[in-house]
Amino acid sequence: MSKENLKRSDIIFEQYGIKYKVFDRVIEFKSSELIIQELLDSGLKGRGGAGFPTGLKWKFAAQQESPEKIIICNADEGEPGTFKDREILLQVPRKVLSGMGICAKAIGANKGIIYLRGEYEYMLPELQAEVDFFNEHAKEKGLDFNIIIRLGSGAYVCGEETALIESIEGKRGEPRNKPPFPVINGLMEKPTVINNVETFVNVVLINKLGVERFNNLGTTDSRGSKLFSVSGDTKKPGVHELELGMKLSDFVDEFGDGDTKAVQVGGASGYCVPRRDFDKTIIGFEGIPTGGSMMLFNSTRSMYNVLHNFLEFFEEESCGQCTPCRVGTQQLRKGIEAIKSGERSCEYIDDLLKLTDTMKLTAKCGLGQSVGNSFNTIIKNFREEMLY
Amino acid sequence: MSSINLIIDGQKVEIEKGMTILEAAKKINVNIPTLCHHDDLCVAGNCRICVVEIEGRNRLEASCATPAEEGMVIKTNSPKVRRSRKTITELLLSEHAEECTKCYKNGNCELQDLTSEYFNENFRFLNLVPDKNYTIDKSSFALQYDPSKCVRCQRCVRTCAEIQGVNAISAAHKGKDMRISTFMEMNFAEVVCTNCGQCITHCPTGALTEHRYFEEIWEAIENPQKHVVVNTAPSVRVALGEPFGLEPGTIVTGQMVAALRKLGFDSILDTNFGADLTIIEEGHELLDRLKRALVDNDKSVKLPMITSCSPGWIKFIEHMFPNSLEHLSTCKSPQQMFGAMAKTYYAEKRGLDPKNIVSVAIMPCTAKKYEANRPEMKSSGYQDVDAGLTTRELALMIKQARIDFTKLEEEKFDSLMGESSGAADVFGATGGVMEAALRTVYELVTGREIPFDGLNITPVRGLDGIKEASIKFENCLPDFKFLEGVEAKCAVAHGLKNARTIMNQVAEGKSPYHFIEVMACPGGCIGGGGQPIPTTDEIRKKRIAAIYREDAGKPIRKSHANPEIIGIYKDYLEKPLGHKSHKLLHTHYTKRNRF
Repeated sequence: MSKENLKRSDIIFEQYGIKYKVFDRVIEFKSSELIIQELLDSGLKGRGGAGFPTGLKWKFAAQQESPEKIIICNADEGEPGTFKDREILLQVPRKVLSGMGICAKAIGANKGIIYLRGEYEYMLPELQAEVDFFNEHAKEKGLDFNIIIRLGSGAYVCGEETALIESIEGKRGEPRNKPPFPVINGLMEKPTVINNVETFVNVVLINKLGVERFNNLGTTDSRGSKLFSVSGDTKKPGVHELELGMKLSDFVDEFGDGDTKAVQVGGASGYCVPRRDFDKTIIGFEGIPTGGSMMLFNSTRSMYNVLHNFLEFFEEESCGQCTPCRVGTQQLRKGIEAIKSGERSCEYIDDLLKLTDTMKLTAKCGLGQSVGNSFNTIIKNFREEMLY
Repeated sequence: MSSINLIIDGQKVEIEKGMTILEAAKKINVNIPTLCHHDDLCVAGNCRICVVEIEGRNRLEASCATPAEEGMVIKTNSPKVRRSRKTITELLLSEHAEECTKCYKNGNCELQDLTSEYFNENFRFLNLVPDKNYTIDKSSFALQYDPSKCVRCQRCVRTCAEIQGVNAISAAHKGKDMRISTFMEMNFAEVVCTNCGQCITHCPTGALTEHRYFEEIWEAIENPQKHVVVNTAPSVRVALGEPFGLEPGTIVTGQMVAALRKLGFDSILDTNFGADLTIIEEGHELLDRLKRALVDNDKSVKLPMITSCSPGWIKFIEHMFPNSLEHLSTCKSPQQMFGAMAKTYYAEKRGLDPKNIVSVAIMPCTAKKYEANRPEMKSSGYQDVDAGLTTRELALMIKQARIDFTKLEEEKFDSLMGESSGAADVFGATGGVMEAALRTVYELVTGREIPFDGLNITPVRGLDGIKEASIKFENCLPDFKFLEGVEAKCAVAHGLKNARTIMNQVAEGKSPYHFIEVMACPGGCIGGGGQPIPTTDEIRKKRIAAIYREDAGKPIRKSHANPEIIGIYKDYLEKPLGHKSHKLLHTHYTKRNRF
């Protein structure tokens, strides 16, 4: 039963036939307006986790008048439990480059940068060869667009688009104030589109399949298929392509080990769903959106340890510039330790929950704002594990 | 400029497009608290204390960093906002060594102000200070850094980068370990720091303060063996009133002298005397260089000649342009000239043993502390200046002595090195050294007063970063016929970023000027790193206006007309650039690394 409810899909990793066929067709036959319109019609939302409509982003960028525009492919895949972009870049890098090329045509960009996670350095030789080939190919097709690869230096926060831009500019990886948004004022103050690796692949898929066929995948709010990085207590760890809009219970039936106690959806900055809610939780933009990380925990796991691990991660990986995030993450980690050790009473948990509210309201970027997601959902569902 | 309308706390406000919410609020006197914001600096938006609620948005936004938009409805004082500010204040405190009663900035601390507004009797959070391994850096003569007081607002980082272009201070590490640090985390004495102290005047808390020496001075005053001489810089008298609640720009020369006398100093003298002396030496040096260049065709002479009064600037050029040091005037700064004279000329005249003289300089400056401790500054046979105190330290001493400063009767400086001209006063403002020098040089060359209305050389005044002026010598006296028809081109820069612009020209050999004045701090000494906090452009302007009022009110307004200056050359120094001058009043510079 479960297998029928869980719609697998295998279009993202489908191997290509003729080199750059989709890209060539788009460059040759589609206008900038048409590319963007189709993207808007497809309802594609960014695959990095935040879910901003891709078509809209491109439209804003296309409207900017600037002799120079930049496209950045965010391959700084740093969210704990996420490893799908790695697979894409290893298996179908051409689709990513094609997507960037299509974007270049759509918004009138002449420079592309792949910001590659530092730990993925080993991919560099093959990826660089592919990029070199693409650059040559684009030139032949008359597209004035050149891609380079930049390596990250290992800071999680540099996955945040404006911190990523700062990092490329050679500065400290700290998020900027928004507005202005990168589409208006991004890298070197030029209009800049930043999309996730998988988003660019989806752009190619939309152009390959057509809007209608793409729209048949997933649900109204969550179009298309999505790669999931499945890890933890599962017999099938790895990257799986599934249609969006599935029930979490169906997912657990397929991937769980029969003893799944909770699933952490969306990595450390995502949400923890306990067993009793599996049935009513939809994975997608109408339910819990995710960049693709699915961590399964069975009953042998201490949720205190899970949370403690996340908090240690955040207090290390906060950029440290804004107060709520820098100090808040330290207080949360130290706070649950104090409760566990009895130094603080169990009511202190409520103070910490209020603290995460403030962090959500006031932190400068998505990092600090989303620390509360995992904290609140783990605390609320597994409060007793924090105490005993 | 198009205008936009929005509503803040129920009040309509019309503003220019491009303003932030904070600026819009200020316009209608809605007071939003800030910490990382400073009028001198770019927007950071990192402390988050200034958050406000915007109708229709879930999250709060930092008002300092968010542009106001048409139709916005903003609440600056909703329960959500107050709760958030309170929590943020508590978070800051949890990382902060709460030692207010032991802190130099007690009573002048922006974090303390916040806690008085958003205090919480039941402080919730855990103390993070023990986890941090904070150590205080007192290595520098000029400043000390206590990271346990730091709120990571990065005002110092932005100051050092944007205003001074030195980048001695930067943010290091990330997350919980993020801190303000220096190159390779070395201590301040070892890194490329100009000691200008601008980071101190921009620090909201007690993290960055001057290295303090006033306790030693109290001891010297108490010691009957010691004759403690004090001299005060021109900028101190237009700013010292501020810590006592007086309006910026109030002239308190007489009260300052009275207070110093009450504190127990043995002789209250004027750095302005040193300034007048500097002008004489520096003016002659300039003419000497011009003569050697124009008449003797001496290729070794370096022009433009650049002033050397600002020790922050000196350290800057030593690090950044070590190959251009010959452009610097060899004249010591007024402080150091004064110090050398105090332990020679003054000692001789007053029949004192120089080893019993303690020479104290009250300065608007922190770099002066470093300058006083330079190894080459011992030409009197002793350390010429024993201690440099800031305006702030003097204010503290006056408070410690429980002197009711504002009610003091005005008193006069003591004689012998207490007399000064208005030209010395204007040293305190950017362009002042240039103005004072031109008043003297022009008259030396032509025998006539400089042809500006009321001797006010207005082109070199004001807060423009780089100012230019030129003056043509005509009908010169016989000794200076070589300057007939020559147009002397001058430039004035303040703030080290502007200094770098000027110096790049010099280093490339493309500088069109003959004479350049550089002051390390924006606005000149009145905006120095030792001045009362806060300092903003508004306050700088008021202090500058006071400087020019002080000048205009003096009977003598030219350095060469100061009778004590005439006296010192007659009785002691013999002539400008003479043998004694070279020994006591001139110095040399050191090439330093850029890292």
